[in-house]
Amino acid sequence: MTVKELSEKCKFKTAALPDGDREIDGCYIGDLLSWVMGRAEADCVWITIMSNLNIIAVASLADVSCIILSEGVTVDDSILKLAEEKDVNILLSDKKTYETAVAVYENI
Amino acid sequence: MSESLTFHFDVDGEDFTSAGQASVQVKKNLRRLGIPPEIIRQVSIAMYEGEINMVIHAGGGVADVIVSENKIEIILEDHGPGIPDVELAMQEGYSTAPDSVRSLGFGAGMGLPNMKRYMDEMTIDSVVGKGTTIKMAVYLS
Repeated sequence: MTVKELSEKCKFKTAALPDGDREIDGCYIGDLLSWVMGRAEADCVWITIMSNLNIIAVASLADVSCIILSEGVTVDDSILKLAEEKDVNILLSDKKTYETAVAVYENI
Repeated sequence: MSESLTFHFDVDGEDFTSAGQASVQVKKNLRRLGIPPEIIRQVSIAMYEGEINMVIHAGGGVADVIVSENKIEIILEDHGPGIPDVELAMQEGYSTAPDSVRSLGFGAGMGLPNMKRYMDEMTIDSVVGKGTTIKMAVYLS
């Protein structure tokens, strides 16, 4: 399952998709960035409500397949621009974090 | 690779949002050298945590990444306030970061523990009022 396929299946909105063909393996949920870097595994989907610039570096360094911003959280254009530059996929979900995770679980 | 390669970075202590530039550059450099992806991930996360710590606590510092045949070393040096109790600082969840940093998702007391988690070796040499030097290494074979 690729990020693009997951986005279509779950009807997530695509905010940045520079690497849509990236394969997904697993899912991690967290808003404390160091916690995410310590526990998330490479290639997983990362669900968070944190939307500041630092999430791009965290996603890139932890090597996750995409960020899903849940609960209707949005991001600034400056962050989306950086995401495109750094090859970080960002999807948006209006669902609550739990429901977003369930949708991911049911589709990957 | 018979000789070691050193990458040197100045970590800007002023700009919190740009923290991570050195780590992302290290990631790119290691990828070019053909280092295995999981090792790259470990090194770049440890480096990022170090960078963030230097920005939060020490007003910046310098970082050197030394790649040799059998290991990758990271040396982080700052002239910040120092760590009064290293053992306490190494405990997961212990943090002295201000609330402004917490609101960005940092300051969870996981930085130093993450560095230890991902590296094979780590030593902290800190003098209160003088600064902190952290040496870390991960083995390649």
